[in-house]
Amino acid sequence: MRTLQSLLVLTIVFASVAFISNKKEGYKIGDKVENFTLKNVDGKMISLNDYKTKKGVIVVFTCNHCPYSKMYEDRIIALDKKFKNIGYPVVAINPNDPSVSLGDDFESMKDRAETKGFTFPYLFDDGQKVFPKFGATKTPHVFILNKNHNNNFILSYIGAIDDNARDAKNVKDRYVEKAISDLLEGTAPMITETKAIGCSIKTKK
Amino acid sequence: MISKILNSLLVLVFLVSCEQKVKKTSEIITNKDPFLSKNKIENTSITSTIPILNYDQLVPFLNKKDDKTYVVNFWATWCKPCVEELPAFEKLHSNYKDKNVEVLLVSLDFPNQIENHLIPFIKNRNLQPKVMVLDDPDQNKWINGIDKSWSGAIPATLIYNKNKRSFYEQSFDDNLLTKELQQFIN
Repeated sequence: MRTLQSLLVLTIVFASVAFISNKKEGYKIGDKVENFTLKNVDGKMISLNDYKTKKGVIVVFTCNHCPYSKMYEDRIIALDKKFKNIGYPVVAINPNDPSVSLGDDFESMKDRAETKGFTFPYLFDDGQKVFPKFGATKTPHVFILNKNHNNNFILSYIGAIDDNARDAKNVKDRYVEKAISDLLEGTAPMITETKAIGCSIKTKK
Repeated sequence: MISKILNSLLVLVFLVSCEQKVKKTSEIITNKDPFLSKNKIENTSITSTIPILNYDQLVPFLNKKDDKTYVVNFWATWCKPCVEELPAFEKLHSNYKDKNVEVLLVSLDFPNQIENHLIPFIKNRNLQPKVMVLDDPDQNKWINGIDKSWSGAIPATLIYNKNKRSFYEQSFDDNLLTKELQQFIN
């Protein structure tokens, strides 16, 4: 009888653990974002800490192959051009495992960055250690980091670039731009989380 | 004895309230499909009428209160993992369409690709489950409307009936999908 009870309790404990580990992890709004170092398409290593002289960073998980990423490429370049000089540059990261995501290998990343004339670093999450920390699930997926008075990067916005992926001309809400203009005024973004359809981040099963 | 019953109850309540993977070890489903080959021969022409809906028009299909269980898969022809998991949904449709289960494939293909991508895809594959296109730009509204936990990545699947509702932002294979469905129909 005792053994049976212990077994049942153990089952509950294991089930709980399995349940928790099944949940999505990652930084929440207000969390401090740790440093990361990844290789850029120009071969140089780039760290988040290299941006400590800026006000913040617009981190965009994106990739080559995803139609939604492609639809947003020009808008990501525009964001970088608009906000780089006032303290919020774009840093793009490809989170996909190229062995299961055709066209997302490092060489193809170089080609794409050159063809499109990316004005920002396009980093390769080699080994896929960085995207899980952010809790990124798809491409494109934007995370705005804002440097606080302690010189730490704080996650201030998660989500979409704007409210119309397919049709840039008919965008009504520019979520990222709004969040940054709030930050520039010294207040937390009014909208901190938005959603959009994207391609799931590709990992080996 | 009472505590034994209590413990069992606890486990039961926990299993019922939990999502997928937890049950993996406790349940073995035997799934023979004698009807599969027979059903493959069918060829109803669903391609001539693919409804294109906005979110408000889709909502009724996600909230039916009849006796059926609905398996709603969000996919697109351009989404590789979506296409890879389609066979699981086709098989489920074959095996369960006469057992009060309806599979609905909600395509997120772009409107300008319906004619030259989606329809040929459905025809070539002889795709049997019902297909609808969701065309609604305000994703921030309808993603949360479909499920608060959904980040927006596809593939994603909603299984529901009048008593129970679960959302899965993940890929399915045959076994896992059947196993999930069992929780709704048993």
